[in-house]
Amino acid sequence: MESLADRTAHELSGMLAAGEVSAVELTKDALGVIERTNKALNSFLTVSDVQAMSAAKAVDEARARGEKLGPMAGIPVAVKDVLVTKGVTTTAGSRILEGFVPPYDATAVQRLRQAGAIIVGKTNMDEFAMGSSNENSGFGAVHHPWDLSRVPGGSSGGSAAAVAAGQAVAALGTDTGGSIRLPAAFCGLVAIKPTYGRVSRYGLIAFASSLDQVGPMTRDVTDAATLLEAISGHDPADATSLEDPADFTTGLDRGIKGLRVGIVKELFTEGMEPEVAAAVRRGIDQLVSLGAQVEECSLPSFKYALAAYHVIAPAEASSNLARFDGVRYGLRSPDARDVTEMMMRSREEGFGDEVKRRIMVGTYALSAGYYDAYYDKAQRVRTVVIRELEAAYENFDVLVGPTAPCVAFKLGDRVNDPVAMYLADIATIPMSLAGIPAITVPIGLADGLPVGLQIFGPHFSEAQILRAAFALEQSAGFDSRPRRDFAHSAAPQAKPGQP
Amino acid sequence: MLSFDDVVARYEPVIGLETHVELGTQTKMFCGCPTVFGAEPNTQVCPVCLGLPGSLPVTNKAAIEATVRIGLALNCSIASWCRFARKNYFYPDMPKNFQISQYDEPLCSDGYLDVEVDGELFRIGIERVHLEEDTGKSLHVGGATGRIHGATESLVDFNRAGIPLVEIVTKPVPGIGARAPEVAKAYVAELRDVIRTLGVSDVKMEQGSMRCDVNTSLNKLGETWGTRTETKNVNSLRSVERSVRSEMIRQGNILENGGHIIQETRHFHEDTGESTSGRSKETATDYRYFPEPDLVPLAPDATWVKELKAALPELPRVHRARLTAEWGLSALDMQSILNAGAVELIEQTVAQGASPEAARKWWLGELSRHANERGIELGDSGVTPSQVAQLQKLVDEGKLTDKLARQVLEGVLAGEGDPAEVMAARGIEVVSDTGALTVAVDEAIAANPDIAEKIRGGNQAAAGVLIGAVMKTTRGQADAKTVRELVLSRLSN
Repeated sequence: MESLADRTAHELSGMLAAGEVSAVELTKDALGVIERTNKALNSFLTVSDVQAMSAAKAVDEARARGEKLGPMAGIPVAVKDVLVTKGVTTTAGSRILEGFVPPYDATAVQRLRQAGAIIVGKTNMDEFAMGSSNENSGFGAVHHPWDLSRVPGGSSGGSAAAVAAGQAVAALGTDTGGSIRLPAAFCGLVAIKPTYGRVSRYGLIAFASSLDQVGPMTRDVTDAATLLEAISGHDPADATSLEDPADFTTGLDRGIKGLRVGIVKELFTEGMEPEVAAAVRRGIDQLVSLGAQVEECSLPSFKYALAAYHVIAPAEASSNLARFDGVRYGLRSPDARDVTEMMMRSREEGFGDEVKRRIMVGTYALSAGYYDAYYDKAQRVRTVVIRELEAAYENFDVLVGPTAPCVAFKLGDRVNDPVAMYLADIATIPMSLAGIPAITVPIGLADGLPVGLQIFGPHFSEAQILRAAFALEQSAGFDSRPRRDFAHSAAPQAKPGQP
Repeated sequence: MLSFDDVVARYEPVIGLETHVELGTQTKMFCGCPTVFGAEPNTQVCPVCLGLPGSLPVTNKAAIEATVRIGLALNCSIASWCRFARKNYFYPDMPKNFQISQYDEPLCSDGYLDVEVDGELFRIGIERVHLEEDTGKSLHVGGATGRIHGATESLVDFNRAGIPLVEIVTKPVPGIGARAPEVAKAYVAELRDVIRTLGVSDVKMEQGSMRCDVNTSLNKLGETWGTRTETKNVNSLRSVERSVRSEMIRQGNILENGGHIIQETRHFHEDTGESTSGRSKETATDYRYFPEPDLVPLAPDATWVKELKAALPELPRVHRARLTAEWGLSALDMQSILNAGAVELIEQTVAQGASPEAARKWWLGELSRHANERGIELGDSGVTPSQVAQLQKLVDEGKLTDKLARQVLEGVLAGEGDPAEVMAARGIEVVSDTGALTVAVDEAIAANPDIAEKIRGGNQAAAGVLIGAVMKTTRGQADAKTVRELVLSRLSN
């Protein structure tokens, strides 16, 4: 069934402005798709249909009054459940926050609302954003819209599936070590992890504070630039927020003639699927034909990035997640005899295995006597990664590589092998450690599934990598229209929805 | 059982003090919530100080400034770059289950504070001054003691959570022997005065805006330092002194009997003056400190620090030296004023017009006695410097005698209002109407003919008896000088 929400935001923005369609009609369509497909995908944890319809009505009324509206006004957007929403349940994918209704909006959410975007609901995710497949959700796995037997990637898997299936036109995800880029690549979407500090983290339930960033997940580069612009900007409530002005849409189509592009050879890892590598190479060839000067380069420290990340991120997480103790909100174990037991049992019952694993690893890494060997050393690796990147950007404007070493894998394939799961993030982690912006753009297919090419530049270079991604998108001609042909897929764990 | 004197004859104490001071900033350390003391529970809270998911801290610049000023007043070096750190441990009144504090990069370090005990100067080294956030407060209800044991419910008030807290840590202070308890008290008193002078906190120990932990160890003369204990919950100046004294005696007796001191936290009890064992440091929490990733490093601008230093007020020691000269006092006089906690009170009384001698007389006399009897701080008696100045003015104007003035002061202490109001209400006044007095004098003469005869004979000293009789009949309201003059003139030849 055709849905208005299958179109891109910039297309719809024009139609809304011209009065060809109303925000109410558009939102109804998106909510309709959610209703028909959410059982199969499990991409939404909360659907805010009532609030969405009233927000859509308000946008239509504002437009009727002749108010000047921005490009996101009236566009149905999904929000990852790790961003708090005032009055709407927010769980971060964890049973420990089941039923938690925040009293405030995350800054990114507030900016979406100010821009007139219609928040249709909160999307499923790996618990506390810890995972690469969305199988670590406390509320069940999300299924890949192209093939229900596969994972959509994680941790922003619900957001990726929602956009790829047309449940929303765009979505917000968060990225700590690849959590928006990996699912976007798996689901054939564009997503950008901005420079650390570009988007306020206020209201983003922290996984690893020094790495977390909010970013857009969309069906094309123009939408990514538009949505990023809407949520960017300094926020006095986030001490790590940047003052840099955000204009990403101007000159998006300027082309990349003469752009110096470095191919990072370390990102083509040993275990990489050959078809994925081939697709990425084909994408790079297109950059050459678009006039870029492409050369191979080496950043040896990238080999250690994954290990450093799996010390730093769990260390910060072990502290960030300490607040979930049953005292003030969320799950409280009812049978405890004293406060210590209450805290312990609430955490025991509320957290899933992967979260517990990372809390233990992080606690260990920060312990007296181990701090220097783990946390401190990992921070040193991080510094080396940053230095090597700075040196590389002396010679190159942007660097490229694959977004993931594989395509979307089968549900259950990696759940019993944490290291295999962690390896899915091998190509996205160095940029997170360095705090630099990185975009993934769908470049083609491998085994019939989408492959993403990753472009990353120095701090604040969002406009530049968006321009490169835009040029590549035009030449790649990837078909990013939503897919809901679930009937053709084997879906052993989920009932297919209506086509 | 060794007495204190026995202990100091055989052992040498080393003390160290950790003092927490709640800053009097308008808003909390990392959010915009107000910091008013005594508000209804959980009314001064927001997502940040409640540690709600997704909330982030933002540093309060006023708190940084106050801390730098404290550091400068304590002769510390101010870090040109430093970070906050997370101190991780679980406690139900700590919203995030970590405290934002400072670890190996304090804002101020390596200073000193000079304190005087009986004219002797002690230089107390300051290890560090750092900034952190306060925790909430737990209330245990349903039990008999208000403590967690036996309670049926625990309630948490988060109003205090996130109030900026400055921690001032001394270096170990050795070599003070029997003076250790007094030096400890003098240090805390001096620190309190410095901070009050800076105007960055109300430093009220009884309200918890200044809290002290006292570290004590003993070693045999000439040997290496012993194992220390940390006594918490020391909530008054008097307790600082008592806690050091009692801990020295406790440790001395253990050592004397061949025992070992356990490194532990002890809790001081104001009522008994004794401490009891808290948690042992042998099973101490590993706080897993690491740099706070939600905050950017602090880098106080050198010019700004210089400006703050230049703008520091006159500090208490310098101030006292000036007052000693201005008031024409000896060093010992000033020491007794200081011990009584009366410097500021006397100064304010003088500022209201009283002479330094008179102001000192009232505060160190009647008012100190009153405060001691009730076990309260001199400044908390309810009498203001202005009222003392008013009282003295009435004496100077001859409207009150010294004796009557003391009666009026009683009324002021009882909350009956300003001196003039007390006089009116109680009907206290000097009888200076010579007509009325002459009658009383004549009556006294008539009642004591022998005495009158002696006076007529030139024995003026005998007049005292008649004056006393007149004072009795006028219920003390007559001016003794006037009565004397009248008696002598009536009996002159």
